[in-house]
Amino acid sequence: MTLATSTPPGADRDGFRLSMLIYDTRFRAITIQVVVLVLVLLLVGWLVDNTIQNLNAKGKDINFSFLWVRAGYDIEQQLIPYTNDSTHGRAVIIGLLNTLLVAIVGCFFATIIGVIAGVLRLSNNWLVSRLMTVYVEAFRNIPLLLWIVVIFVVTSETQPAPNEFKVTQAMVDSWQDDDPANDLEPTASKILFGTVAVTNRGSYMATPMLDRPLGSTEIGGVPVNFSVLAALAVVIGSILVNRAMLRRVKAQQEATGERPTTWWKSLLILFGPIALLLLAMGFHLQLPAFASDENGVSKGFNFQGGILVQHSFTALTLALALYTGAFIAEIVRAGILAISRGQTEASFALGIRPGRTMSLIILPQALRVIIPPLISQYLNLTKNTSLGIAVSYLDLRGTLGGITLNQTGRELECMLLMMLTYLIISLIISGLMNIYNNAVKLKER
Amino acid sequence: MKKSVFLGAFAASTVLAGAAFAGTLDDVKARGELICGSNVGLTGFGAPDASGEWKGFDVDLCRAVAAAVLGDATKVKFVPTTGETRFTALASGEVDLLVRNSTATYGRDVDLKLDFVAINYYDGQGFMVKKDLGVSSAKELDGATVCIQTGTTTELNLADFFKFNNISYTPVTVQDDSEAQRQYLAGACDTYTTDASGLAASRATMADSENHIILPEIISKEPLGPAVRHGDNQWGDIVRWTFNALLIAEEKGITKANIEEAAASSTDPEVRRLLGIEGDLGAMAGLDNNAFKNAIAASGNYGEIFEANIGTATPIGLARGLNALWTQGGLQYAAPFR
Repeated sequence: MTLATSTPPGADRDGFRLSMLIYDTRFRAITIQVVVLVLVLLLVGWLVDNTIQNLNAKGKDINFSFLWVRAGYDIEQQLIPYTNDSTHGRAVIIGLLNTLLVAIVGCFFATIIGVIAGVLRLSNNWLVSRLMTVYVEAFRNIPLLLWIVVIFVVTSETQPAPNEFKVTQAMVDSWQDDDPANDLEPTASKILFGTVAVTNRGSYMATPMLDRPLGSTEIGGVPVNFSVLAALAVVIGSILVNRAMLRRVKAQQEATGERPTTWWKSLLILFGPIALLLLAMGFHLQLPAFASDENGVSKGFNFQGGILVQHSFTALTLALALYTGAFIAEIVRAGILAISRGQTEASFALGIRPGRTMSLIILPQALRVIIPPLISQYLNLTKNTSLGIAVSYLDLRGTLGGITLNQTGRELECMLLMMLTYLIISLIISGLMNIYNNAVKLKER
Repeated sequence: MKKSVFLGAFAASTVLAGAAFAGTLDDVKARGELICGSNVGLTGFGAPDASGEWKGFDVDLCRAVAAAVLGDATKVKFVPTTGETRFTALASGEVDLLVRNSTATYGRDVDLKLDFVAINYYDGQGFMVKKDLGVSSAKELDGATVCIQTGTTTELNLADFFKFNNISYTPVTVQDDSEAQRQYLAGACDTYTTDASGLAASRATMADSENHIILPEIISKEPLGPAVRHGDNQWGDIVRWTFNALLIAEEKGITKANIEEAAASSTDPEVRRLLGIEGDLGAMAGLDNNAFKNAIAASGNYGEIFEANIGTATPIGLARGLNALWTQGGLQYAAPFR
């Protein structure tokens, strides 16, 4: 049988014939590939040609110089300084950073929610496992956009307006007399010891402030804060020292069978230096509050001081985390079920408790099954951040693909740039996760 | 050989696709329908009513153009466009004409390759606030949260205004008027800013409209008008002169009610030219000679359209102001019809 599909007899004798391109298995595969390649190139060529022709017909060119022109619009959430005098290019970077912020925070919470929900869905407790089923099915089967809008509308419609936190003259007057029964108070108050004010516009959080900061500089338009760098260095240093200490203790335990007490040493090493540094820099929290006059009557429209976390950000991140978390829960459940039941039984036979069995024996093995589909969930979440447009979250889609596109009228350039950016972000995530996957996958020799 | 023929065919087809933009008039006539880019919903200017029929000041201009070109004011398809999608829709040929309270600017004219062929409403940007906010001037809005429609000139004016007055604000960008209203009413912003006419229209649809005021400052010039694509001058002429015909009709006192009478008995030469009794001005533009008569008969003259949709007798209650005829101290002035 193999003879019939391989080289026809006498092929060497007769040399190459044109029909061999189709009938000879040695050439057929190459022929098909060449034909497909030519077709694809023709299609691409036609698309490019068509675009150029149509742009010419409309008298438009492809030009990216608008990125260096003054943007003229404001963005509410900015991780690096930006004003309406900045360029469109900088607005694009602001948007990109906002996209990345949602993606990173979203992936972080989605993973935690997903792992917990996935494990709990396998729980022997009927109520817990049913609850998780309800969660997974509700979030997996309702479009993400609806969740984003629902969370946004609920947060913005139910919370008090900022002016309900204000102290009016009538309230100040009522505090003057000694009778506490007559005292009037603002209808809304801050939570968590006055550090957070949840309004219908967003949550105002206390801002960490330093009395004696170490100064800052700017590299390429990006501010670099030495205080933050110093704090980071101290934290990383503490973790490294702690790890070295634990290694020594472990070696001692293995040598002598006796483990010295470590908890207070760890606490001291981890939190001592950073506490000292913050104390030295004069760390304190600036609470969100209204500006007020000499009598204590509030002025202005919004809280002054404090970091404003917009509800659009909260809604987008929360919806993305819950939605993607539901998918991750299923992936985690599948990963756990893929591990042989014998592993659990063996672990129980050794007297290991269920919780430790899960974290020490089942999950590390399940990771090998979990990681590859997890990558695509992270990619989905990152791309889904572009739905922020529904709640006016100015991410890359909102700045580059929204306002900049509209104000400059450079549709093609903006779309191409945006697609390229999302592609690069996705490839980076995919690459990083593949490296991690290679690290945890079963080593075969 | 074959390949080059193949490529040639593609090139020819793309050239044809490019050339198709030129003859909008022929396209509309062949289609038997005018496609008009409209607002997604701004009461009084362009919004579907309870029975799904489009009504409004801008909508009536579309109907007048349809009546002039096709002889039938009902042969219009309205395509709702947002602030972000409107110019792309026009540039790509998705709509023949954009009448969507869009501001004529240098950039849109020169860089976006659009032609604003007329100004049907002279407007300016204003601010609406709730009465109980206790604000009486836009300059008192320091630190306020402002709802602003994205992709508009108002977005840029807002930034300029606050910068110029050295005060700050937090923007809340929204997609369209209805979302802006929802956020404003929910208190997500202290003030909503857009064209003053748009604010009046929004306020008219609010349940507690008496609790909202429009601040006295008008911070910009917003000449709103119908836009067409660059390069199709014949089509641009038709839209411009349809609008001018509505103005001249008001000037000459020709209304929806008396147009037949005027056509039969008027001795004014300009009226006779306008209504196609004398001369061939309609035919010059590639239309029927009574095209402009049809346009006026569709919804009446400019003044009638104004009063019926946004005038003082409507819930929106806008006075003519700058939009009165030049003879009454306004800016609406049409070139002579000859």
